Amino acid sequence: MNKRLFVLLSVLIIASMVLTACGGGSAASTAKTIKIATQSPLSGDMSAVGVDIKRGAEMGIEQMSAALTEMGFKVELAPFDDQGNPDTGVANAKQIVSDPAILCVVGHYNSGVQIPSSEEYHNAGLANVSPANTNPKVTTRGYLEVNRIVGRDDVQGVVGADFALEQGMTSAFVVHDKTAYGQGIAEFFRQEADAKGLKVLGFEGTEEKANFDALLSPILAANPDVVYFGGMYGQAAILFKQAREKGYMGMFMSDDGFDSSDAAKIGGQALLDGKGTYYSTVSGPASVYAGTAKFITDFKAKYSSDPQPFAAQGYDSAGICLKAIEAAAKAKNGETPTRAEVANAIRALKDYPGITGTITFNSIGDPVVAKYFVIKVGDADPAKWSTNPVDQILDIAPPAP
Amino acid sequence: MKRFSKLINVRELLLPLGQLIMFSLGSAIVLSTIVLVLALLLDKTAIGMAVTERFNASLFTYTLINLPQVLIDGLTIGFVYAAVALGYTMVYGVLEFINFAHSEIFAVGAFVGVEILIALDTAGVLSKVSLGMAFVILILAILAGMFAAGALAVTVERVAYRPLRGAPRLVPLISAIGVSFLLQDVIRLVEGLTTGQFNRIFPTFGNFDERLIFGEVGLGATTITMGISIKSIIVIVGAVLMLVGLNYLVNATKIGKAIRAVAQDRTTASLMGIDVNHIISLTFLVGGLLGGAAGVLYALKFTRIDPFVGFFPGLKAFTAAVMGGIGNLTGALLGGIVLGMLETFAGSYMGIFTMGAAGTEYKDIFAFSILILVLIFRPQGLMGENVTQKA
Repeated sequence: MNKRLFVLLSVLIIASMVLTACGGGSAASTAKTIKIATQSPLSGDMSAVGVDIKRGAEMGIEQMSAALTEMGFKVELAPFDDQGNPDTGVANAKQIVSDPAILCVVGHYNSGVQIPSSEEYHNAGLANVSPANTNPKVTTRGYLEVNRIVGRDDVQGVVGADFALEQGMTSAFVVHDKTAYGQGIAEFFRQEADAKGLKVLGFEGTEEKANFDALLSPILAANPDVVYFGGMYGQAAILFKQAREKGYMGMFMSDDGFDSSDAAKIGGQALLDGKGTYYSTVSGPASVYAGTAKFITDFKAKYSSDPQPFAAQGYDSAGICLKAIEAAAKAKNGETPTRAEVANAIRALKDYPGITGTITFNSIGDPVVAKYFVIKVGDADPAKWSTNPVDQILDIAPPAP
Repeated sequence: MKRFSKLINVRELLLPLGQLIMFSLGSAIVLSTIVLVLALLLDKTAIGMAVTERFNASLFTYTLINLPQVLIDGLTIGFVYAAVALGYTMVYGVLEFINFAHSEIFAVGAFVGVEILIALDTAGVLSKVSLGMAFVILILAILAGMFAAGALAVTVERVAYRPLRGAPRLVPLISAIGVSFLLQDVIRLVEGLTTGQFNRIFPTFGNFDERLIFGEVGLGATTITMGISIKSIIVIVGAVLMLVGLNYLVNATKIGKAIRAVAQDRTTASLMGIDVNHIISLTFLVGGLLGGAAGVLYALKFTRIDPFVGFFPGLKAFTAAVMGGIGNLTGALLGGIVLGMLETFAGSYMGIFTMGAAGTEYKDIFAFSILILVLIFRPQGLMGENVTQKA
C-alpha cells in the first residue's frame, strides 16, 4: 500500500515537473508578439464585473491595435483570474512578470488585490493601468509603473458624506467589510461626517455574508437616518434587505462596490422602499459618458449583454497601454520597447482621448481630474440596473500628492 | 388509544420537544440574566452615560427592550446550527470520525432547493401561485434538497470513507477534508458552466418575507418594532420537526436500535445479525437529509447562497456538536441552541457594553472563547457523559 502510494506520488511529481518545463519553454519563442495582461475576478462572487473588465480590454485590443499591427507587432490579450483574492493575484503577478512578452497589465477590480500584486509589477518595472481601484494607497506609494484612470476613496467617502448631508440626513451608522477598500472608504466617510456635523452613531466592521441579525440590533436601536456600507454588493445588499425586513425605513448608501446588477437581484424591492438606496461611484453607467455610445453597441453585439460598470474603463485602460506601447515603439524606430520605456510613456501621455473622459496622469499616476457620481437605485429589476438615474456628477481633482 | 400508543411511542415524541423547549428557555433565561445584571452594574458607569446620551434611555432599558428580538434571532440561527450539528454528531457517534464534507452536503441541499425555485420562478410559476401553493412548493423544494443531499452523503461515504474503514483515524479525516474541497469546487464548476453565476438568490414568493409585528416599544427618541418574520417561523418549525423526527427514529424504532448498537460496538452488532455497512450508509443518509433540509432553510432565511456557503455554518455546527458533547444527539441540540444564542447576544450587545471598542465583528471570538471555557471545565462537552459507554 505504502509502496504504491510512493510510486503514485513520484509519478505525479515527475509529471508536474515535465509540465512546468513545457510551460516555460513555450513562452520564450515570442519575438514580435506583445501581450497585454488583464487581472480581474473571472470566477467567484465578483465575476460579473471582473469578466466585463476583461471583455472591455479585449475589445480595446481588437479595435485599437491597428497602429501596432502596421508596425509589425502582434498584440495579444493574456487574461488572468485573480478571483478577488490577494494570494491568487500575487501568484498571477509573478507569472505575468516572468513572461517577457507582457508589456502592460490592465487590472485589478479589488484594491486589496491590486496593492500587493502591483509590488510585483513595480519590482519588475512592468506598467499597470488600473481600471477600477480606488484605494488611495494604489498611487500614493509613488510607483512609476502604477496608474489608475478612476477616482479615489478618500474623495469618494467625502462625496458620500456630503451627499447624505445635502439630503438633510443628520445621523449615520457606518458598516464596512474590513478590507483595505471597504474600511478605507468607510473611514473617509466617517471623517467627513464628523467634520461636517453628520452624527455617526456607530462604526462596525463585519465579514458576515448571511446572518446580519446581530449587527442589526444596534443599528435598529440607533435608528440612524442613513446606513452607510463600505464594501461590496454581496454583503451590502443582504444587509440592506435584512434591515428592511426588520422594519428600518431610512436611507441606504454605499460605494462603487455596490454598483452591480446583482445588488438588485439580492436586495430587490427592499432597496426602493423607505428613503431608497444611493451609491457613490467613480464609474457611472457606461451611458453617461459622452464617448461610449459606440462602445455600448459594439459590446452588446459581441457579448450580447449590457456592459457592467468598469467595462468601459477596461477598454480605456487597454487603450492607454496600446497608445503608450505605440509611442515607445515609435521612439525606438519600430523595435519592441522595454517595460521601463512603456511605463514612462504612459506617464508622459497628455490628454488621452478615452471614452470615459480625457485622461492625463499626475506625478503619482492619478488622473488630474476624475469624475465621481452619486446614483440612485431606480428599479428592483436587475436587468434595468444600467438605467439607474444619476443624481450627481462631480469633477474633482485628487488630493495633492 | 392504548393500541395507538403502542404503535407510536409518545414518550419519544414528547421528550425531545420538552428538551428543546427546556434548552431554549434555559439558555434564554441564563443569557438574559447575565446581560441584564451586566447592564445594571454598568448603568452608572461611563458606559451607561454614553448610552443615556445616545438613546435617552438607561443601559438597562436599552438591554431589556432589545432582548425579545435578540432571543428570537438567536433561537432561529440556533435551530439551524442544531440541525446541521446532528449530521456531524451522528456520524461521529457511529464511526468516530468528523465528516468535514458535511458542510458541502449542506451547501448541495441549498443549491438543489434554490435552483428548483429559480427554475420555477423563471418559468413564471412562482409569481402567480396562491399562498397555500407557495408553501407546498417550498416544502417540495426542501424535500428535493433533502434527497439530493442525502443521496450525496451516501455516495461520499461509499466512495471516500468505506474503503478507508480499517485505516488509522486520521486517514478518513483527511479524506473528508479532501471531499469537502472537491465538492466546493464541483458546485462552483457546475454553477459556472450552467448559469455562469456565483451568487444564487432565493426567489421572493409567498409571504415568507413578511413580518408578524408583536408591538412597538419606545426607546428614547426612537421606537423599536418587535416581530418575527414568517421565514424565521418556517425555519424554527422545520428544524423542530426534523429534530423530533430524528430523535424518534434513533430512540424508538428498530432501525434506531441498530444504529445505536453499531455505535456502541460494531463487531458485536454484526454478530447480532446487523448489517453494519447498511446501517452506516443509513446514518449518512439521515445526516445528509437533515443537512440538505437545513441548507434550503438557511437559503430561505438568508437569501443568498454561493458554493462556499457551507463553510461557516458547517464550522459553527461542528463547534456546536463539540460543545454539546460530540456523538450525543441531545448534546448537538443543546450545543446548537447555545451557540446560536451566544453569538447573537454577543453580536447585539458587545458594541454597547464596550462603548463601540469591540463590536459585532468580535461575536465569533466571544462565542469561541466560551467554547474553550466549556471544554476546559467539561472536556467531554455539556452533555458528554452519555458517550463514556463508547469504546
